[in-house]
Amino acid sequence: MKKLFALIAAVVPALALAAGGNVHLDEHKTDLHDKASLQRGAQTYMNYCMGCHSLEHARYNRVARDLDIPEDLMMENLVFPDKKIGALMSNAMRPEDGKTWFGATPPDLTLVARVRRPDWLYTYLRSFYEDPSRPWGVNNAVFKDVGMPHVLADLQGRQVKGTAQVAVGYDTLTGQEITEEKEGVLYLAEEGTLSAAEYDRLVFDLVNFMTYVAEPIAVERERLGWWVLLFLAIFFVPVYMLNKEFWRDIK
Amino acid sequence: MSQDGVNKSRRTLLVGATAAVGAVGAGFVAVPFVKSWNPSEKAKAAGAPAKVDVSKIEPGAMLTAEWRGKPVYIARRTEEALNTLPSLNGDLKDPENLNKAQQPEYADNINRSRKPELIVLLGVCTHLGCAPKYHAEVKPEPFDANWKGGWFCPCHGSKFDLSGRVFNGSPASANLEVPPYSYESDNIVIIGVDEENA
Amino acid sequence: MSKQQNTLMGWIDDRLPVTQTYEKHMSKYYAPKNFNFWYFFGVISMLMLVNQILSGIWLTMNFTPSAEAAFASVEYIMRDVEWGWLIRYLHSTGATFFFVAVYLHMMRALLYGSYQKPRELIWIFGMLIYLLLMAEAFMGYVLPWGQMSYWGAQVIISLFGVIPFGIGDALVEWVRGDFLISGATLNRFFALHVIALPLVIVMLVVLHLLALHEVGSNNPDGVDIKKHKDENGKPLDGVPFHPYYTVHDMVGIVVFLMVFCSVLFFMPEGGGFMLEYANFEPANGLKTPEHIAPVWYFGAFYAILRAIPDKLMGVVAMGGAIAILFVLPWLDKSPVRSWRYKGWISKTFIVVFAIAFVLLTWLGTQPATDINTLLARISSVIYFGFFLLMPIYTKIEKTKPVPERVTGGH
Repeated sequence: MKKLFALIAAVVPALALAAGGNVHLDEHKTDLHDKASLQRGAQTYMNYCMGCHSLEHARYNRVARDLDIPEDLMMENLVFPDKKIGALMSNAMRPEDGKTWFGATPPDLTLVARVRRPDWLYTYLRSFYEDPSRPWGVNNAVFKDVGMPHVLADLQGRQVKGTAQVAVGYDTLTGQEITEEKEGVLYLAEEGTLSAAEYDRLVFDLVNFMTYVAEPIAVERERLGWWVLLFLAIFFVPVYMLNKEFWRDIK
Repeated sequence: MSQDGVNKSRRTLLVGATAAVGAVGAGFVAVPFVKSWNPSEKAKAAGAPAKVDVSKIEPGAMLTAEWRGKPVYIARRTEEALNTLPSLNGDLKDPENLNKAQQPEYADNINRSRKPELIVLLGVCTHLGCAPKYHAEVKPEPFDANWKGGWFCPCHGSKFDLSGRVFNGSPASANLEVPPYSYESDNIVIIGVDEENA
Repeated sequence: MSKQQNTLMGWIDDRLPVTQTYEKHMSKYYAPKNFNFWYFFGVISMLMLVNQILSGIWLTMNFTPSAEAAFASVEYIMRDVEWGWLIRYLHSTGATFFFVAVYLHMMRALLYGSYQKPRELIWIFGMLIYLLLMAEAFMGYVLPWGQMSYWGAQVIISLFGVIPFGIGDALVEWVRGDFLISGATLNRFFALHVIALPLVIVMLVVLHLLALHEVGSNNPDGVDIKKHKDENGKPLDGVPFHPYYTVHDMVGIVVFLMVFCSVLFFMPEGGGFMLEYANFEPANGLKTPEHIAPVWYFGAFYAILRAIPDKLMGVVAMGGAIAILFVLPWLDKSPVRSWRYKGWISKTFIVVFAIAFVLLTWLGTQPATDINTLLARISSVIYFGFFLLMPIYTKIEKTKPVPERVTGGH
């Protein structure tokens, strides 16, 4: 019995580690019903990401429809020039150029939220820090030695990795934060054009949008699901009664 | 098993109820399969209206746009050219647009257009589908000593005037088709959108 | 030609034995009246086969089987084709539930000895269906041409390379159709997946059912219902399949559909077990994913493969694990069919075997850590032990007396 318990105890951490990677990921409370958030995220994407990262499986008119953006506003603000509203959201960067400039071609991001998952994206975009040894001067705590520059640096400010006071809890009596000095911690050395909270909000909206674009049908899928289950529940009644009725014949 | 005391009517009712609800369910299941055959977003995007800026077209010049995979000729005709159109009627197969399928109502006139100077035509020869060539200049041509401007199809020699009307002696028998179009503004023509097709 | 009838049905029956066939296989096919929960999964498997075929045909209408366009065409189906997303999810969720049904269906056979004489051939046809189904599912998973499609194909096809004397390498190249996994592989897998294997699978299902109807269905007590018949020659413990089991199966199907639809509409990725996350990235021959895992239903055999440190022996063990299933009817020496009446060794072993199989399935999807490998080895020993020791323990154990008539029922 003891051996069995020891085995189980040994298995559990293995299962936990099996999730891959040792970086703690912040939770992204994805909300695909928050259209305002999705709209802001779409705008951020078009302004900061689209230049390098295409969304080649998505179409402008679908995004406009799902996010409640009128088509003319969409064309004005979010659609690259000489593209029709029904076009796929590709960009003009040639793969060879991308590879030369960044070491690897910036990948298409239509499905990245289904590959990396929202928590990872949310943490990644907030985990860039200064690193002079890298070609673009930044590294990332979630994706070591990433080839991507910190495109949102102006907004976030200058984040560095070093020793800083980290909140570890609250004093239950006074309600004051208890901090500890920790090494290898990311902290903001200089604020950018957005405050830390605003930046988090921007990244939240951006990841929200990317989660939407990875599976635009998600909200509709769940909506339909309830109706399907309701139908099946109703269908169950005559089916069950019919069965019971016939088996009355059998002793 | 025992068949005595079988409530036949109850059984019929239950079978009927199950069959009815089941049929409704089957109908719901069939819908996605049937609807998936409809034109996809890709097809709809490719077939979408095309906007053309016509402001740069010089008098006598033609621009070729594309709509639903076909070439669309937009030509700006001079006053003189428009004035010669009636004189050609005797040499044409269908000068009065009797074949109503070849143009929408607003193009059912001698200019075969909404506004006189600009004509919008599908660049598809009504004989066997080649793209007729634009010969704007009024000068003798190898295919017509009395050429007053229009289109000549190199494939089998069909000739069309500057309103796209087909000449006698051409293998083609219908005037060039006018697609649905409208003016979004004085300078922008939308091919594929008119009163009927919004 | 039997007597002419003046009805439409009569006209047809004179030319094709429709009514006769219907009676033989439905309205006058007597099945034991004590079928329980385990007996739903045959018809549910058939339902899933129909689902895969219908949704599969519809996917083929918009899927492009080339290395360049496959991945994008799947997203095209998901976004641009009306209801394409539903057809895709029917197919991907259907694959998982097909295997759930098949595994539970096979478990039923294990529990009640449905593979024993005179049903050995039904079992063999069933095993052939299972084998082909695994090949079908494997090839289907390659088609979307994601990272896992590519690398899963890479790993599994390279297994053929273990065959010595140069045969293995030549075989691998022949299967791939290229010097590496490429569009050539995708295209031929598409052909096999869409028509070749489904055709054979459907034929085997027909043979499976014909063999079953020839000897009649088993039941949870393992009792032969044909032993006790009434004055009309009908088994006392039997009921006509139609209407009794048609209406009975409908209940099972509706409940099953509720579970199926819950997954399809609310978690089609299955937490990464059904649609693996890595497969949402296009195939890249130059970038190996961190963790190559098969889809869950192959887990057990993959775990057995990895449990053996030697590559050739690993392949032999994996193949052996499948092959041994075929000879089960001849390993079971018990005079009794159903585990209800077998001795305690059989009963314990069946439960332990089932747990080991589930554990192996899980382990196959996880990284091969030291702990996991140890567990896989232990479970593999249990798996093989269940079969290899069966001729011994089924012979020596004391069984319980089997009743003459079925118990339970309705």
